[in-house]
Amino acid sequence: MSMFHQLMVKPWVTDQGKIDDLYAGGASSGLAKKLALKVFLAVVAVLFMLLVIAYGGRMAYEDWRPAPQLRLLWANTFVLILSSVALQWAQYSVRRGQMDAMRVGLLAAGAFTVVFLFGQVLAWRQLGAMVYFDVTNPAIGFFYLITGVHGLHLMGGLVAWGRTVAKVWGDFDVTKIRQSVELCTVYWHFLLLVWLVLFGLLFTGNNLDLLLKLCGIR
Amino acid sequence: MDYVAHDASAYAPPAEVEEMELYHPKTFVGKYIWSQDAKIIAVQYAVTAIGIGLVALVLSWLMRLQLAFPNSFSFIDPSNYLQFVTQHGMIMVIYLLTALFLGGFGNYLIPLMVGARDMVFPYVNMVSYWVYLSAVLLLIASFFVPGGPTGAGWTLYPPQAILQGTPGATWGIILMLVSLALFIVGFTMGGLNYVVTVLQARTRGMTLMRMPLTIWGIFTATILALLAFPALLVSAIMMLLDATLGTSFFMPAIVSMGQQGGHAGGSPVLFQHLFWFFGHPEVYIVALPAFGIVSDLISVHARKNIFGYRMMVWAIVAIGGLSFVVWAHHMYVSGMNPYFGFFFATTTLIIAVPTAIKVYNWILTLWHGNIRLTVPMMFAIGFIFTFINGGLTGLFLGNVTVDVPLSDTMFVVAHFHMVMAIAPILVVFGAIYHWYPKITGRMLNDSLGKIHFWVTFVGSYAIYYPMHYLGFAGVPRRYYAIEGTNFIPESAQSLNVAITVAALIVGAFQVVFLYNLLWSYFRGKPSGGNPWNATTLEWQTPDTPPKHGNFGATLPVVYRWAYDYSVPGAEQDFIPQNVPPGEVTRSSART
Ligand code: HEM
Ligand SMILES: [Cu+2]
Repeated sequence: MSMFHQLMVKPWVTDQGKIDDLYAGGASSGLAKKLALKVFLAVVAVLFMLLVIAYGGRMAYEDWRPAPQLRLLWANTFVLILSSVALQWAQYSVRRGQMDAMRVGLLAAGAFTVVFLFGQVLAWRQLGAMVYFDVTNPAIGFFYLITGVHGLHLMGGLVAWGRTVAKVWGDFDVTKIRQSVELCTVYWHFLLLVWLVLFGLLFTGNNLDLLLKLCGIR
Repeated sequence: MDYVAHDASAYAPPAEVEEMELYHPKTFVGKYIWSQDAKIIAVQYAVTAIGIGLVALVLSWLMRLQLAFPNSFSFIDPSNYLQFVTQHGMIMVIYLLTALFLGGFGNYLIPLMVGARDMVFPYVNMVSYWVYLSAVLLLIASFFVPGGPTGAGWTLYPPQAILQGTPGATWGIILMLVSLALFIVGFTMGGLNYVVTVLQARTRGMTLMRMPLTIWGIFTATILALLAFPALLVSAIMMLLDATLGTSFFMPAIVSMGQQGGHAGGSPVLFQHLFWFFGHPEVYIVALPAFGIVSDLISVHARKNIFGYRMMVWAIVAIGGLSFVVWAHHMYVSGMNPYFGFFFATTTLIIAVPTAIKVYNWILTLWHGNIRLTVPMMFAIGFIFTFINGGLTGLFLGNVTVDVPLSDTMFVVAHFHMVMAIAPILVVFGAIYHWYPKITGRMLNDSLGKIHFWVTFVGSYAIYYPMHYLGFAGVPRRYYAIEGTNFIPESAQSLNVAITVAALIVGAFQVVFLYNLLWSYFRGKPSGGNPWNATTLEWQTPDTPPKHGNFGATLPVVYRWAYDYSVPGAEQDFIPQNVPPGEVTRSSART
């Protein structure tokens, strides 16, 4: 029953007993975790949305000095896509019961993620060494802040990933592992999506600038 | 109307409900300290919140003393005063009310009222409390660092929050920001739990529209908090970076005391937008649980179903949604585009519609009710008065032209204390008097409760009613002293003395309440399982106080909404939610 229909129910009418069957009740831990992840991702989405809006709002000022573009970010983006692909592969394999392939997928995803994080740190250092570098320039500050927050989320993901990897050797409960892999996959895809938006809007030729101009704000 | 004769066995066959695995601690420490039982966590939250709230109460006395008797206290200098204002406001709003409503009442009531054994992630729930506690400890620590706590106002506006010259600009502000960040992390852990428990762990038959309004209020407030706190988190992190690493998110280029500061290019208004994007929903994070609880108190103690249940639910949801598009009404004097002002004034007035619906429905619930003036009921009715009062001045302030002259005066202070300080606190008291018997198995003392109510209620009016006039007269807020300001009449000073006397009396009288809590715990009249003859599930537990796991061997099955009071034809004037239609005893006098 859709949320809308649920809200239209009249719980006080005489034959209210009938609506009992529509809600089965009971907390299945699997569903609960999935839902919790979704709610959490909504919170994270708001966090990044606010950062993008703050960036855009600041950009609308006259004195905006864009940060230099880093080519390394393209490579990093590519690596992050690979890590998502690898997890997708792990999920595909675990659903088909191919445990070796799943392990490969998981490990590859972790490795790519670590490479991505390294790449980001490298990008930080590249920017730090440039003549443009000036902490008081908001564009530069935002770059470090936003990439940093995104990186922290990936590191949090790596913790969950590590706990999953630790369990996939020897005997294990396949349904549980399958669920962990699925949750990791959702999380990684989400952070990839966030990164693509951040990268596309903010760190490649300032597409946000274009948007602001289209909306007549800048 | 043949309301109760039904055979529901056909409707509700026994369900295959997956049982929740509970963690069973064996030691005292595992049971009461590192507890994973939502009921214990709730008490931990509540005790901590009330404890730190008492600190904020004492700070309010110090402010009032200074305002009434300037130049009499050597230990209150202008910077102390600002620190008191700031810490009082911050503690009351975040560390007391938010934590108490969501962490305290949320943890206690959600699992019990929806018929769950516990929160869905008990471990995360436990961690949530300990993170909250460390946030509180950091806040307390800031009183003891060099320079003391921050005195930037609870709004922490940059640039002054981190400029030398503002009290606590070196250490205090940093501890404040870190403490807030911790609070948000802890809350998010708890909040995920509350949302998922309400959506996933309701017992069989507990449809969304059979949930008591208390749960609707807490649930919606939690969603608001989950979506609003990120804005505070982002602004706290950005300000921390400005203060420590010299970035310029919020800090413009400033020449201060003849010296060029190290910042350039930041935007202070950006902070204001972020802060109020959190700050306004925060008002409703505190108000919505209060709305929900009050609805239930009124219904139970007037022995009537709540008037317009569906409308009440929709109003809660609508208020929640609207509260995200009114934030800039706190920024009318920040120099924004007049069209923005127009937009935000309009949304602000629109939000009054669902709010007014709720008020009407409470009053219509009371109308012709079988009102029992128990202590919880008195507090609930007190809330309605206070809330209407504060809501009306809110309508004034929502209009740009009225707000501009009144902005930053005592009128604002009076308004927000009525609507978001006194009103929710009255609900907190009412709720404690109402649920204390379930938590401890004993009733709170009635006479002490009534005295407590009257002094608090009348006293709060004595404090805040005159304060509106001070505002009209132009007395500014956050001012250490107002002497020598010739547009303010002499009599303002006498009024200030009267207000302070009332504030001291009200504050001191809370001792009666604390004494009652303690005394009744040992000596109170045993309450039995359902002293108020209420319908909701928390009153139907096999044990009082409920044991770990809440409901004994089997979970209850819900057959009806939470408001079957005074049902025609039923023998008792209430039918608990878990009584099947076939088992309702009919009164012999039925026609
Ligand atoms: C006995 C009860 C209380 C008294 C006597 C009291 C008194 C005061 C006083 C004197 C001020 C400073 C006004 C100024 O100079 O600007 C103040 C500010 C404030 N109070 Fe209260 N208060 C009480 C309870 C509460 C409660 C329960 C809340 C919870 C919402 C609250 C929230 C605030 C806030 C947010 C501020 C503004 C702080 C700022 O300007 O930064 N107060 N209060
Ligand atoms: Cu507001």
